[in-house]
Amino acid sequence: MSAGRTQQQVMQREYLPVRAKILEIAAALDRIDRASAKSVTESKTSESESSREQLQQALGVLLQSESGRAERVQKIFSLPYDQKWQQAFGLSGQ
Amino acid sequence: MVYIDPHIHMVSRTTDDYETLARMGCVAVSEPAFWAGYDRGSVHGFRDYFEQLTTFESQRAAQYHIQHYTWLCINAKEAENVELSREVIAMIPEFLDRPGVLGIGEIGLNKNTRNEVTVFLEHLDLAARTGEQILIHTPHLQDKYQGTRMILDMLKGDQRLQRHRVLVDHVEEHSIAAVLNAGFWAGMTLYPVSKCTPERAVDMVEMYGPERLMVNSAGDWGPSKPTAVPDFVMEMRHRGHAESLIQRIVYDNPLEFFRQSRQFDFTPPDGM
Repeated sequence: MSAGRTQQQVMQREYLPVRAKILEIAAALDRIDRASAKSVTESKTSESESSREQLQQALGVLLQSESGRAERVQKIFSLPYDQKWQQAFGLSGQ
Repeated sequence: MVYIDPHIHMVSRTTDDYETLARMGCVAVSEPAFWAGYDRGSVHGFRDYFEQLTTFESQRAAQYHIQHYTWLCINAKEAENVELSREVIAMIPEFLDRPGVLGIGEIGLNKNTRNEVTVFLEHLDLAARTGEQILIHTPHLQDKYQGTRMILDMLKGDQRLQRHRVLVDHVEEHSIAAVLNAGFWAGMTLYPVSKCTPERAVDMVEMYGPERLMVNSAGDWGPSKPTAVPDFVMEMRHRGHAESLIQRIVYDNPLEFFRQSRQFDFTPPDGM
C-alpha cells in the first residue's frame, strides 16, 4: 500500500529531508568528539561508550540493503525479551 | 476532515487547546487515566482525579462541541506501591457506570518490574470480571520491546479477555506486528521526539494496512503536540492516500473500537 508512488517520486520528496538528517547526525557525532572525554565516574564512561556502540551499530543498519531497517534499529536500542520471564518472576501456571 | 483523538490527556492541557482541536476537526477525545508527574499519596487523590475525568473534563470539552470519554486505572509508574494500587483498583468500580467511561486504562508496564506485573494482572482481572474494555500503555524507549512482549504474554494468558476489546497503545516498528498478529487493536502515538513521527506512522499504515489501527497525540503535560493527528492526515494526503483510508484510521476505527464499550454514547457530526 504505497498510493501508487514510484521510487523516483518518493526519492524526490525524501532526498532533502534525509540529507538534512544525515548532516545533523554527522554534526552531532563531531560535537561529541569535540567535547572533553573527561568523565565524572567510571560508570558514566562505560555508559557513554555503550551509547556510542549502539549508535554505531544503528548507523551500520542504515547501510544495509534489505528493508526493515527501522525495526532493526529499534531492536538495537531495546532490552532483550526473555520468553521465560514469567518463571523468573515466580508466576504460577505460566 | 473530522477526526477522533483516542488518547489525549486533556486535564493537562489548556482550554485554548480544546478550541484549537475543535478548529482542526476534532469531534471526540478519549482520555486514559495517567501519571500526574508525581506519585499521588492516597486513594482519595485518585477518587478526586476520577471525579474530574468523569464530570468537569467532559463539560469543558462540550463547550467546544468535543465529546469526551475516559478510562480509569492507576498508572504503571505508581504500581511500585502495590498496597495503594490495590486500594485504587478496589475503588474503580464506583465510577464504571458513569457516562463516558470506556473501560480500564491506560494500564501496562513502565520499567517491566515484578510489582508492575502484579498490578497489571490485577487490573486485567478487574476488566475481565466487570466486562470492561482495556487500553494499554506500553513502555518507553529501551523498555518497549521487552515490555510489550511481556504484556502480550499476560493478555494471551487470560482466556477471559476478548482480544478485539483490547487496544495496545504506543506501538512502533518493533512491536506493531506482534500486537496486530495476535488480534489486538494497535495505537500509534505521534510525539515530537520519542514514539512515532507522522511519517513513520504512515509508513506503518502502508506496511500493515488500516485494520485495527489508530493514531493519537497522547498530548499531556510533557513535550507533545495535541494537534498531531491532523499532521498525520496531512502526511497521508501528501503521499496520495484516499480520503476514505484516512477517515478509516482517524475516525471509523476509533468509533468501531469505542462502540464495544457499554458507556459509549456518541452523536456523529452532521454528514457523518
